[in-house]
Amino acid sequence: MDFYVIVQLADATLRMAIPLLLACLAGLFSERAGIFDIGLEGKMLAAAFLSAAVSFATGSVWIGLLAGIGASLSLSLIHGIASITFRGNQLISGVAINFLAAGLTVVIAEGWFRQGGRTPSLSGAARFDGIDFPGALTRIRDKLQASPGMQFYSELVSGHSILVYVGLIAVPLSWWVLYRTRFGLRLRAVGENPAAVDTAGINVVQLRFAAVLICGVLCGIAGAYLSTAVQAGFTKDMTANRGFIALAALIFAKWRPWHAMGACLLFGLFFAIDNRFQNIQLDALWVVVILVGISALLTGYALRRDKIDMLVLGGLSAVLTVIALMLWGGMASGSEAGLFGSLMETVKLPGEFIQSLPYILTVVILAGFGGKAVGPRAGGEPYVKER
Amino acid sequence: MDVLPRWAEVVLVPLISLVLALALSMIVIAAIGEDPFNALKIMANAALGSTQGIGYTLYYATNFIFTGLAVAVAFHARLFNIGGEGQAMLGGLGVATVCLYLPLPHWTIALVVATLASAVFGAAWAAIPAYLQARRGSHIVITTIMFNFIAAGLLIYILREVMKPEGSMEPASQKFAESTHLPSFFDMAQLFGWEAFASAPANITFFVALAACYVIWRLIWHTRLGYEIRALGHSETAAKYAGIDPVKLTMIALLISGGLAGMMAINNVLGEAERLVLNATEGAGFIGIAVALMGRNHPVGIIIAAILFGMLYQGGAVLAQDTKIPVQMVIVIQALVIMFTGALDNMVRAPLERFFLSTRKRA
Repeated sequence: MDFYVIVQLADATLRMAIPLLLACLAGLFSERAGIFDIGLEGKMLAAAFLSAAVSFATGSVWIGLLAGIGASLSLSLIHGIASITFRGNQLISGVAINFLAAGLTVVIAEGWFRQGGRTPSLSGAARFDGIDFPGALTRIRDKLQASPGMQFYSELVSGHSILVYVGLIAVPLSWWVLYRTRFGLRLRAVGENPAAVDTAGINVVQLRFAAVLICGVLCGIAGAYLSTAVQAGFTKDMTANRGFIALAALIFAKWRPWHAMGACLLFGLFFAIDNRFQNIQLDALWVVVILVGISALLTGYALRRDKIDMLVLGGLSAVLTVIALMLWGGMASGSEAGLFGSLMETVKLPGEFIQSLPYILTVVILAGFGGKAVGPRAGGEPYVKER
Repeated sequence: MDVLPRWAEVVLVPLISLVLALALSMIVIAAIGEDPFNALKIMANAALGSTQGIGYTLYYATNFIFTGLAVAVAFHARLFNIGGEGQAMLGGLGVATVCLYLPLPHWTIALVVATLASAVFGAAWAAIPAYLQARRGSHIVITTIMFNFIAAGLLIYILREVMKPEGSMEPASQKFAESTHLPSFFDMAQLFGWEAFASAPANITFFVALAACYVIWRLIWHTRLGYEIRALGHSETAAKYAGIDPVKLTMIALLISGGLAGMMAINNVLGEAERLVLNATEGAGFIGIAVALMGRNHPVGIIIAAILFGMLYQGGAVLAQDTKIPVQMVIVIQALVIMFTGALDNMVRAPLERFFLSTRKRA
């Protein structure tokens, strides 16, 4: 693998990570203020649609971006009214918002453009194009022959749309707002102990609404990025679970901005690897060793606990061991190298596995390996002033 | 103690939510330039106008009864199982596994074996999120969402690499043996010499679903286990004080929930498709949330809500053929029902409470 391939992979990782990052920071603000938000996906989708539709109608991507933010904000407002004003269940409200966006975007797109639930494709000023920095090479042939430093500069640093840089700036900005301003301190406090914040004479409802609206703005930018910068137009369900992966990244990052960037880049890397390498091979030996090793660890842990642990973890270990043995058996019967020789052969890792890695990793993190992931203490609970 | 009389709680509140959701949906239909009343007529006619339409409605309703019950059982323990979709997918995998690899000479045997397999697979898929919730306090909502996606990936892989018959391009399993064919409403009507339900997919599973409703009703309100589940849902500290083991109860409630969601597969996989295809669940796992919320977590309410959503699905499908309103309109209505019955419950309830309080004062 030469240096240019690595740079290209890093470039793809960054492009994939930006919508995750923006949505993840959006969730960060909301959840740090004590409002769970599983509606990130829906807000991104609504923003992706409206920004593409308005960009097409007006010919200006900036007006489109504003419209997308507006769409996301209005869903945020609904979430705020349901979960703050009416003290409803925040999770159910989030679920409803996801469905609302999934349905409405297609219904309106069909009613507006009659193109099977998509917007016409965007071009020219109706799209965010990559910005080429001074001195950066733009042609692939030139880049291939350039020095490593130049490749790095031309491919990875330069050539992205402005929203990528906005996403990257959003990380230190979020950190600064949350940890270095009075507003941020209060916002974090309201997610931990709203009663204390209320006692200090600060308006809990106002603070939480502010957090939910910031979340809306960031989700709006994320959605607009997908439909006007990555793609040229909106297609049905184009967010493709990114809102949920962002949620996973948020837990992975334990609700901290810089870690959120790390988590999103990691998940972006999974996407990039999956896109670029269709065929990832691994020695069968390693697969078997890893599966059996995990089983042994789980069983060892469960043996020291109760019956329930034994049942669940033992069952899981049994399933993993059976998979390992089936793989080994399949390899051995299909090759002439014999029972042990076949272990040296390679198996192809399924693409579905790579795509599922963010979800699997989130579950592993939630299980408490590598430090327990504990969210804001008052998360998910409506604040009732009068007792 | 309660401000609202029981009939208002059970009938009026869900009804008002439904009317609000429908009114907003009709505004949306009008906004995209279609006639909302005409749309309503087409939908009602499609869902109830013929025995075939009714057959489709009841087929969808059967799916939704299972997933609705699944969500409701978890709700009784104050757990939000959002993973019905993934559990139903795994249930389908269970049904396909036994139907493809076991000899099942008669449909009655197939039904029993498939029911067991689907429930076991569904419950197994719920087991890890349940365990993590019970033991490690990991949030069940997040873990079940993640397990939905993992299930989708797993199913794509299995259909593409394992179950796909050789030479076939489509990621789907082979057709099950002829002997596993469940009697459809058409077959049953013919027994009585009645030509009805034509090609509608409704089948004997509908009665299994009704039986499941009865069993769950007995379980929740007439057994010690059900009492413990409800006690846990009302207050974990009180339940603990009463000697209930929250870890065990959380596990049991979620395993029942996962099993019920998995059992949906006997309807859509064994009853309708008779093979395992991609996306066999068609989002029914999520509709269970709306059904459980609207049915107030009670089996009778769930049956009514499931039939309503069955009508909505059948009507929406025909609506998409006959007009320019896309089938996603159904998702909009579903979202609004979830919003009004679930999240905006207090908004619907507050004016009603004020009204009933004022009448009581006068009396």
